[in-house]
Amino acid sequence: MSGIPHDHYEPKTNGEKWLNSRLPIVGLLYDTLMIPTPKNLNWWWIWGIVLAFCLALQIVTGIVLVMHYTPNEHLAFASIEHIMRNVNGGYMLRYLHMNGASLFFVAVYIHMFRGLYYGSYKAPREITWIIGMLIYLMMMGTAFMGYVLPWGQMSFWGATVITGLFGAIPFVGGAIETWLLGGPAVSNATLNRFFSLHYLLPFVIAALVIVHIWAFHTTGNNNPTGVEVRRGSKAEAEKDTLPFWPYFVIKDLFALAVILVVFWAVVGFMPNYLGHPDNYIEANPLVTPAHIVPEWYFLPFYAILRAFTGEVWVVQIASFVTGGIIDAKFFGVIAMFGAILAMALAPWLDTSTVRSGKYRPMFKWWFYLLIIDFFALMWLGAMPAEEPYATFSLIASAYWFAYFFVILPILGVIEKPLAQPETIEEDFNAHYGKADAEATPAE
Amino acid sequence: MFKKLAIGAAFALALAPASTFAAGGGEQHIEDFAFSFEGPFGTWDQHQLQRGLQVYTEVCAACHGLRYVPLRDLEALGYSEEQVIAYSAENFEVFDPELDDFRPAIPTDHFPANDAVGAPDLSLMAKARAGFHGPYGLGINQLVKGMGGAEYIASLLDGYTGKEKEEAGTILYENTAFPGGWISMAPPLAEDQVEFADGHPATVEAMSEDVSAFLMWAAEPKMMDRKNAGFVGVLFLTVLSVLLYLVNKRLWAPHKGKARKD
Repeated sequence: MSGIPHDHYEPKTNGEKWLNSRLPIVGLLYDTLMIPTPKNLNWWWIWGIVLAFCLALQIVTGIVLVMHYTPNEHLAFASIEHIMRNVNGGYMLRYLHMNGASLFFVAVYIHMFRGLYYGSYKAPREITWIIGMLIYLMMMGTAFMGYVLPWGQMSFWGATVITGLFGAIPFVGGAIETWLLGGPAVSNATLNRFFSLHYLLPFVIAALVIVHIWAFHTTGNNNPTGVEVRRGSKAEAEKDTLPFWPYFVIKDLFALAVILVVFWAVVGFMPNYLGHPDNYIEANPLVTPAHIVPEWYFLPFYAILRAFTGEVWVVQIASFVTGGIIDAKFFGVIAMFGAILAMALAPWLDTSTVRSGKYRPMFKWWFYLLIIDFFALMWLGAMPAEEPYATFSLIASAYWFAYFFVILPILGVIEKPLAQPETIEEDFNAHYGKADAEATPAE
Repeated sequence: MFKKLAIGAAFALALAPASTFAAGGGEQHIEDFAFSFEGPFGTWDQHQLQRGLQVYTEVCAACHGLRYVPLRDLEALGYSEEQVIAYSAENFEVFDPELDDFRPAIPTDHFPANDAVGAPDLSLMAKARAGFHGPYGLGINQLVKGMGGAEYIASLLDGYTGKEKEEAGTILYENTAFPGGWISMAPPLAEDQVEFADGHPATVEAMSEDVSAFLMWAAEPKMMDRKNAGFVGVLFLTVLSVLLYLVNKRLWAPHKGKARKD
């Protein structure tokens, strides 16, 4: 790994040398684990580990669930009940998998907003950010398809609504929708392909996670000050950093254990709280549920999708200009994917040279408003599409876009940033005092 | 900082499940019954489950099936193997493809499905319905009082006002718990319709509660195992957290000076 100067693995014994000259895998692991990490990382930096844990949890529980699950429109629902009632520990496996998806999204949202606040997306970490956005997209696809597998009412109708979005694309939409579904409507073919992809995508995510880690191991971690680690010499770098193992591994594991206490309590005591009761009714193409609501983690973007109705003037203009090609439905789809694209473009929309929001007095408030906006959208996504929620949704959606396309570019120009610390060491010492044992080298 | 984070996470969880809210709007009345199995410490009331099974068998089973529930699971209600064998044979017949005929049920069978009058299957009813999700779709009520599926069933059974109306040839009965207010199921329970072996009074309200508790068991037979796993896991992870906290503190101590003076 290039980047921050640090010690590298030196094979000592003949056996180590033999292996290292053929496959330098120990060196690779050593460099990955011993990467110099800014020592001032705060508790918002623990979510990466939580996410890695979630991916592992989902893959492990998922693989076992697959041993007992039957992807068939007549058998899927019953096979879930078989898992819940007859498989040893099956109810725990399934509830862990079900709620594991929620923990995954709690973690990814905090991880993303941490990046947005501390400017982790800015140069030179744009690739890390973009890979992260790809992982997020894959996660959404995986979670959506996973939700279809129990073949409950919400599975079926959620699949109908979401694949219907692709049907809104002008000219080719209908063909794409049929291709996705494997037929004119959600059916056994849909269930089978979603099952196949739901099994495949987590491994694609795992590969992307490796690239994600590779990218930020090349640039080094960002940190709460946004100030880069000094790289002049190894001695200089060591003043700003500590090796990932053991310092951050233990810190992250502690945080993970605390989060898992909460997670385990949810799984043990209220495993259905985050789900929808309708999904305990077997899918029925003839009965539409009163309210079709996606899982909570899709709600903010679902709200944006629904906000742009035919009565909104922006939609009317778009429709007029394009001669009706962009209708309200397609506009909503563009808005929804645009809202995610906006985040992906943040590295180029943010004009400020200061990374960390800590030193950006104006940015801070707009950012807090974005957090509130996110929760507001999440709430509005679950409310019926009627007044006053429709108007609120529109305002909240407008702010989401304004933040990325207007506020971020302008702030960088007009804002006067506060003084940043010279070095990470200075910031660390300001928090914790100068270490008494400064002279003793880290073991 | 960590406190802030914990509050943030709790807040996220509290706000998150805005996905469920009671269908039909605010007119529904769902009574908050105090079931013994509620909350992390709640356990089944075995007598109540047995009474509930009796109500199901003598009343509900006429129209509703329990297709996902194996009869053998009834041993969890405190019955012996012989009792379950006798109960299965006395009460249910299943179609056996090998005999090409019906035969008395045995414990390895499931409760039969019942599509006779198009009544919904009750295996998962206690999880497929919910109490009040609000206010404002925030899920706070369910966070405090539980999902409310069993409450919904009990409220429904106890929620008939006695009014009827005819619509397109079907008689509908007014019910304060049913979304929309009118249900096609005639009031199934009447006072003293069932005679409980334990001498428990058979009022409509008591029977409603008992059968709802039984249906909760039918929908989630492993609930107690799950809560046990919950306690073991929470306890273990709490101890692990404390140990990791101490390790972390000790590990970092040489690199930190005196605590920050705020």
